[in-house]
Amino acid sequence: MNTQANPVPEPSQEQGVAPATIPATQIFRWSLRRELWENRFIYMAPLAVAGAVLVAFSVSSILGIGEALLRLVPSRHRMPYDMAAGVMMLTSILVSVFYCLDALYSERRDRSILFWKSLPVSDVTIVLSKAAIPLIVVPLLTFAITVAMQWIMLLVSSAVLLASGQSVAMLWRSLPLASMWLLLLYHLATAHAIWPFPIYCWLLLVSGWARRATFLWAALPLVVIAGVEGIMFRTSHFAELIGRRFIGDAPVMKMAPGSMGLDPLTTQVTVDRFLTSPGLWIGFAMAAAFLAAAVRLRRYQGPI
Amino acid sequence: MTCIEARGLRKTYGTTLALDGIDLRVEEGRILGLIGPNGAGKTTALNAILGLTPYQGELRVLGRDPWNQRDQLMCDVCYIADVAVLPRWMQVSQALDYLGGVHPRFDRAKAEGFLAKTTIRRSSKVRELSKGMVTQLHLALIMAIDAKLLVLDEPTLGLDLLYRKQFYDSLLNDYFDRSRTVLVTTHQVEEIQNVLTDLMFIDRGHIMLSCSMEEFESRYVEVAAPPDQVAAARAFRPIHERQVLGRSILLFDGVDRQQLATLGDARTPSIADVFVAVIGNQPGSAQGAAR
Repeated sequence: MNTQANPVPEPSQEQGVAPATIPATQIFRWSLRRELWENRFIYMAPLAVAGAVLVAFSVSSILGIGEALLRLVPSRHRMPYDMAAGVMMLTSILVSVFYCLDALYSERRDRSILFWKSLPVSDVTIVLSKAAIPLIVVPLLTFAITVAMQWIMLLVSSAVLLASGQSVAMLWRSLPLASMWLLLLYHLATAHAIWPFPIYCWLLLVSGWARRATFLWAALPLVVIAGVEGIMFRTSHFAELIGRRFIGDAPVMKMAPGSMGLDPLTTQVTVDRFLTSPGLWIGFAMAAAFLAAAVRLRRYQGPI
Repeated sequence: MTCIEARGLRKTYGTTLALDGIDLRVEEGRILGLIGPNGAGKTTALNAILGLTPYQGELRVLGRDPWNQRDQLMCDVCYIADVAVLPRWMQVSQALDYLGGVHPRFDRAKAEGFLAKTTIRRSSKVRELSKGMVTQLHLALIMAIDAKLLVLDEPTLGLDLLYRKQFYDSLLNDYFDRSRTVLVTTHQVEEIQNVLTDLMFIDRGHIMLSCSMEEFESRYVEVAAPPDQVAAARAFRPIHERQVLGRSILLFDGVDRQQLATLGDARTPSIADVFVAVIGNQPGSAQGAAR
């Protein structure tokens, strides 16, 4: 295999030259990309769900299911779009939960942690890049895919209307696309990224600690605390708190019960209300504590 | 320049003592073989050097504290572990991309050059490669990194004869030069005897022998004595004796080679034979079982 055989090669020329250090942001970007390579479901799952929604919507439009209702109440035009966005949000929660439960666990299980630790990438960079998936990557992907999906839905509806000789003007007028998408982005950022972030950090921490059954160890303390509270005080504050965090029930949502916060008539962007809620800052503090513990844990952890 | 320096390096797992205060000094440009039975503390020592495990005592690798400065240290240190640790989901091209993205000393063109000599395709995933090919891939990645220290922990475990030979040939011909240091542990001592410049035996957390290969060759002599010379040979106090095809093979430590040559064929023993004599003679070890 070795074509040339020179037993003692000269020391390489670059020896004396100090190598350029790689900026931390570049290492972080590559680490993020690495997460997407390993966990292709992060984008495959929402794409698959969006595809299924589009098929269902197209079939329903072509067959004219519910058309009578639409003709009666023009404001109902929005309903399938909101429902589709809601399905995408549920998908994003599932993706984030299962990603976090596996993030620091799979590299220990398949022993590749030894390879990752043999590279000049710090534990902080690794843990932060993994935390960035539920905080930044999944919400942005969900936004992009939802917008594309709703755009195609609109084209399908228009095509069906035109084919049957009707006007598309009313449909387009009844859908305030710009504000819909702006609100979607705001809702995803606040209610589905920042607000449940401490939960995702907790899942990351458990995935770096547990030797098996990460979901069990992540859920068990919550069940125990809720159970103890219920038995001792006959209350369920803790369970409600976790539940609200989980489904993204941020203070920004309070104004629009049941509308997924997408209706510009009932919901407004209440940045100040969101930023001044103590829950936000308590959540950040807890997230930081969980992440710090996860970084420390990864330093000690080897393959399992 | 000193590459690795340890003083009183100690590591316990619960009540088990893995390293009992070892002292170690590896100069730049050496190829040190760390040889020991299973559970001797080899991997613990390597893990401490690589910053994978905390330890007691003093340890500097390339002037750095491995436990607290692992990420900086890994700019200058490469590592191949006893089992394939490349992530199985990764594509060959992704491994090249990622290393190029995060490692300041990775030379992608060089890695491509090494891979071109193999049958590994860029689009293959690690899980699709044979064990030998994974090791070739890992070696190609590692050899493209301009590192100062290369740590190999049983690098050829489970590889067939051809790959094993190729592995050390590539390492010596294409990678090693006098400015790099290599630290290798293996049970296949025969295949590295001619590769090493230094040798260290470790057993139950203690260093049992530490010498350069020149010292090793001048110190240890093996004599194949015919039956009538055995009694005379035993007078020189051999450290080990075994029977092969009716002849006694006696191993001597620090006895003049000229004198021994009069008793039979005198030659330099293999590392494996000295290993059995030095480690196997310890109380509590399974003597003879190693052969």
